[in-house]
Amino acid sequence: MLAQQLVNGIISGATYALFALGFTLMFGVLNVVNLTYGVYFSTGALIALYATRHFVAPILIALPLAAIATGLIAVVIDGLLLTPLRRKKAPELASLMVTLGATLLLYSLMTAFIGTDIQRFPPAAIDPSAIEIGTVRVSRSQMLIVGTAFVMVVLLLALMRGTRLGLAIRALAENPDVARLMGVDVTLVTFFVSFVSGTLGAAAGILIGLNYNAIQPYMGEAMMLKGFAVIIIGGLGDIRGALIAGLILGLLEGLTAGYVTSTLKDAVGFLLLVLTLWFRPVGLFGRAAIKRA
Amino acid sequence: MYEFLDDFLFSYQSLIYALGINGLLALSMYVVLAIGQLSLGQAAFMGLGAYTSALLTLKLGAPFPLVLLASMAVPAVAALIIGAPTLRLSGVYLALATIGLGEVLRIAFVNSELTGGALGLSGIPEKAGYTLIFSCLALALIAFVLVSRSRIGRAMEAMREDEIAAGMLGVHLPRYRMSALVASAMLAGLAGALNAHVSSFISPNDYGFDAAVTILSYALLGGIGSPFGPVVGAIILTLLPEVLRPLHDFRLVFNGLIIVIAVLFMPHGLVPWRIRRTGARA
Repeated sequence: MLAQQLVNGIISGATYALFALGFTLMFGVLNVVNLTYGVYFSTGALIALYATRHFVAPILIALPLAAIATGLIAVVIDGLLLTPLRRKKAPELASLMVTLGATLLLYSLMTAFIGTDIQRFPPAAIDPSAIEIGTVRVSRSQMLIVGTAFVMVVLLLALMRGTRLGLAIRALAENPDVARLMGVDVTLVTFFVSFVSGTLGAAAGILIGLNYNAIQPYMGEAMMLKGFAVIIIGGLGDIRGALIAGLILGLLEGLTAGYVTSTLKDAVGFLLLVLTLWFRPVGLFGRAAIKRA
Repeated sequence: MYEFLDDFLFSYQSLIYALGINGLLALSMYVVLAIGQLSLGQAAFMGLGAYTSALLTLKLGAPFPLVLLASMAVPAVAALIIGAPTLRLSGVYLALATIGLGEVLRIAFVNSELTGGALGLSGIPEKAGYTLIFSCLALALIAFVLVSRSRIGRAMEAMREDEIAAGMLGVHLPRYRMSALVASAMLAGLAGALNAHVSSFISPNDYGFDAAVTILSYALLGGIGSPFGPVVGAIILTLLPEVLRPLHDFRLVFNGLIIVIAVLFMPHGLVPWRIRRTGARA
């Protein structure tokens, strides 16, 4: 029982971490709270769903395709909404408000066209077989989740730490003006970061969609609550913090569902969020500088 | 013929109620925006007020004035719990925490038996009416105009323009932020209670993300230069889908679009005038 709860916790924790990573990356580098991020989660899952349904693409092809397509959507949204604000050096709440409006717009457009009914992957796309080790059961799609999350996180860390592009991204995070003076093409790097965030959000959406096999436009909204909790617990803009906070949240939710009650599960994240704000607003590792007015 | 008239009056009546209630909600958004903060918990505060009032009326049969007071007190406590840690930090934290509050409350309302789960509560007696709703709106407006004309209004405007400078000039920032958030929660709670007692039915979905963003769109459309702006915004956005029927299906798309346009292209909204302060020479 305990082992199974822990395994389930790690699986949801991996998706939370993956989801929060893109969100915190956007905040840390671009210095905006982009609320359309939840839409990428839904969009990714929906594109993958239609790819598997109408083009009978295997999930291993649909997943990267949908993630890349969503990444491009994220670049367009950033270019339309946030680039003008950045140029005007608008306060950060302006970016929050504009993306909030865009989120409502996009969700309601999606529901206007495809409705809010729960849609499912075709049975062929999901391998129902599972591996049992003792009493613990792990399905193939759950292994795909952990595997994909792991690969994406490793790639992201390698990109950030080991390449010139990663250096440019970190420079942009530190100070956009100085980065520009040092020859960083700020516009290009900004779009690249939006693209990476979009793919991360979409990948998380597809993986969660596979795990629960229930997809509908507003699924990203419920996920945003976990996203907020994870990035605040981990520290805004802190990649390592988001990874660990994601896993912690997944594990605690698993344990709550197993030992307390499953209805309380969704409140765990918010409780942790409020506790973090009260007692440790800088997040787990306290690296992110907190602006106090 | 009479049936038609009855139908017409019935829908007309709920529209007029909605104008007043949405006006109050727009004002509750205004208080927070006026000091340069962003709370996305207005729908959650409204829901808290609505559920508190409905439960008190239905389960305990409490007298209505007491119900109204309680429906303001409960959201105020929630605002204190969320606001105390976040208001010390940058504005992003309040915004994120209040969206979180809305989501958690929705989950709580859906899962609790006391609140009737996803079906909500029905059969709430109709205790509020035109007079009460519009007196509340008028009182709130008058109070805000008086506040804007006073020293407090000047401090609020200074905070919105440049918080650090305002702090240097002796504005007690934490006190203003907290008072604004609590006042806003109380107004939203009151609006929720009034709404519950005219529509006889409430459900968790009335207070979700859509509602929170819609309330923000009222304030941004009207502009936050004066308390009249948000009310005008609320009136327009409540009436427009009724007048332009085709817009009705895309109401939420439109509300979202309003926010995008307002932030990008018309930061002062439709009502850009400000209220002159007394003693402006001093």
